Amino acid sequence: MLPDLANAAILLGNYVIVPGLAYAAQLALGALGITLVFGILRFANLAHGDLMAFGAMATILATWQLQAWGVGLGPLPTALLALPFGMAAAIAAALAADRLVFRFYRRKRSAPIVLVMASLGVMFMLNGAVRFIIGPDDRQFTDGARFLVKAREFKQATGLAEGLSIKTTQCLTVVVAVVVVILLFRFLQRTRTGKSMRAYSDNEDLALLSGINPERVVLIAWAIAAALAAIAGALYGLDKSFKPFTYFQLLLPMFAAAILGGIGQPLGAIVGAVIVAFSEVTVTYAWKKFLFYLLPEAWRPDGLAQLLSTDYKFAVSFVILVLVLLLRPSGIFRGRVL
Amino acid sequence: MTPAVRNAIALAIVGAALAAMGFGQSWSLALAVANLCLISALMSLAVNIQWGYAGLFNIGIMGFAALGGLAGVLVSRPPVPAAWAAGGGGLFIALLILIAAGGFALALVRYMPRSRTRTAALAVVALAGLFGARAFFDPAVDAIEAVEPAKTGYLGGLGLPIILSWFVGGLFAAAAAFVIGRIALGLRSDYFAIATLGISEIVIAVLKNEDWLTRGVKNVTGLDRPVPYEVDLQQDPFFVDMVAELHSRSLEALTGEAHGEALREFAVQSSSLFVKLCYAGLFLAVLAVVFWLSERALHSPWGRMMRAIRDNETAAGAMGKDVTRRHRQVFILGSAVVGIAGAMLTTLDGQFTPAGYQPLRFTFLIWVMVVVGGSGNNLGAVLGGFLVWFVWIEAEPAGLWLMQALTAGLPADSALREHLLDSAAHVRPLVMGLILLLVMRFRPHGLIPARSGPAGG
Repeated sequence: MLPDLANAAILLGNYVIVPGLAYAAQLALGALGITLVFGILRFANLAHGDLMAFGAMATILATWQLQAWGVGLGPLPTALLALPFGMAAAIAAALAADRLVFRFYRRKRSAPIVLVMASLGVMFMLNGAVRFIIGPDDRQFTDGARFLVKAREFKQATGLAEGLSIKTTQCLTVVVAVVVVILLFRFLQRTRTGKSMRAYSDNEDLALLSGINPERVVLIAWAIAAALAAIAGALYGLDKSFKPFTYFQLLLPMFAAAILGGIGQPLGAIVGAVIVAFSEVTVTYAWKKFLFYLLPEAWRPDGLAQLLSTDYKFAVSFVILVLVLLLRPSGIFRGRVL
Repeated sequence: MTPAVRNAIALAIVGAALAAMGFGQSWSLALAVANLCLISALMSLAVNIQWGYAGLFNIGIMGFAALGGLAGVLVSRPPVPAAWAAGGGGLFIALLILIAAGGFALALVRYMPRSRTRTAALAVVALAGLFGARAFFDPAVDAIEAVEPAKTGYLGGLGLPIILSWFVGGLFAAAAAFVIGRIALGLRSDYFAIATLGISEIVIAVLKNEDWLTRGVKNVTGLDRPVPYEVDLQQDPFFVDMVAELHSRSLEALTGEAHGEALREFAVQSSSLFVKLCYAGLFLAVLAVVFWLSERALHSPWGRMMRAIRDNETAAGAMGKDVTRRHRQVFILGSAVVGIAGAMLTTLDGQFTPAGYQPLRFTFLIWVMVVVGGSGNNLGAVLGGFLVWFVWIEAEPAGLWLMQALTAGLPADSALREHLLDSAAHVRPLVMGLILLLVMRFRPHGLIPARSGPAGG
């Protein structure tokens, strides 16, 4: 009985918890950027997915260069060293887009939907730039040790039938995300600039009256969102593989996470990302083997015990999104109702 | 410049571009582009109805177009009796179970007071319905997909003429729009946009993966045509006589073997042109009817009400207009037209390829057309459709040419040169994004501003 329980737990850890955590960390970094832009610039930035792709692309190019020079981090992927370059590139792209596109509509005080449309144009251009520079194909840029915990070694060490494998990239993703989030929260809570950003997000007019410079707030919001996007994009590319088209498809889960957590609420974006990621993973996981360990023989299911095939993972984010919009439009953390 | 002059100039530019293509490259190519221009114009018109009349930002156009394409398959393909025999019953039972579970859940919501027990009961009903339906659905699907998987492996369609699918496609899209409108309209405009984006991704996922319905990524090829086949035309004595008549001057000089050879050559060329012209005629007819209807609607009391709602929802609401209901109406109408256009596109392609639906091509490109044409302006939307499709087609060769010109100085084996030449195709989205941003910024009312009051912006 006890080994069965342990096996079931390991199975769950291997196929649900570890991949779910890594995915949640990637989504959270993306959703944080979306919620920041949504809270401060007050529009849904459709270009965010492609901004992630752009940052990831710059990281990959820098990684290749470092690899060519023979610079590495040993067991850790070289991409970690290249990340600042990717962040800088994404920040430059976001600031250029703001300068050339969004600022005009902001000054004109256009309706938010006009900014959303403009972000569509930015999305097109970023997408074109990424495909032009690095091409539309799959790119692998992982190096260093592939696994932190190997399934076979784990089995040998514990004597269990199920093995636990943790990829270096999965662990790295979670660690980097946690560090970044802690830094972001310290910045937002402790520094003067961070406080002025929160004030601006809460009440624009009052913030302006108290002498906060809106252009500076907007500038910093873009810089943070872009840096987070580059990190999220690079981590996602490391964990899965880099493909320019996949980032567009992350938009829906990221928006679902941001809206679920409450727009303009950084903590909400993280909680939302965890909920969205684990809903996706649990709904699309085939529970057959897990139940096999836990249930008596007569109760074991014949099928895969999978609620939805993995091809329908968008549907999960979509259902979450719709439920939130219908039942509690302000989100879990009472964000802005836009 | 008066609007009439500007319209005339825009029309002349499009006509001249197509004519230049016809003389410069080939008429067959020019007609092929023109056909896609017509379909693009119809989609652009449809989105203009939603955006220009009601300010709805729908970025799920792809999903509605794909539903139209699905109609093409379900209407025109012959049914597969073996598949129906193998799995039809199971599917039917699964459907009954789902309906029963849905009815039961509705009854629970209506007749049971709100409580924890009700929530738990609803969850149990939903799970039981899902697993019960899957117990019949999964084996039925396996059985259907096992029926000659290389040729059929799906239920097939009704075996009716494919032109009927244009109506059915409109109905499918309208039904989907009705459901989405129920859920997402009345939300803020960017939430609505995200919701439509989600729906379109789900529609595509269903079409790609439900092989029993659509054959999924195995595609359905060889769809019927509403127009004659080239081979039949070439055998048809009446058509060949007509071709001989048309080319009588160049045929006159030839005799015997050479005459027959040349005539066959002309017949092949003309049959391809004739088929494309037939398509163009059909598409033009649909476009004209939809255009006429939308113009009538725009200038009717209904159209004035719609514009009033678009320009100030609060004021219109205060005047007693049911804003959400009107939005839903317009959303359904526009989506139906997108569905029709999607079915037309599948008909023209002669095949249904779910993997071919890319948001860049089917959603965002249409938005560039609408913005370029000027929102709220039907003629503008149509011209935007023509112009942008033309640029989209020409951006690739133009990009290649540009890259060749730029890299001419580099050595032939240079890696940079090779990369730039390979990447020329990806200039397209760059150009489209640039056009969208430039038009939004410098011509916010489009190239052809509407006469009656500005829209959006």
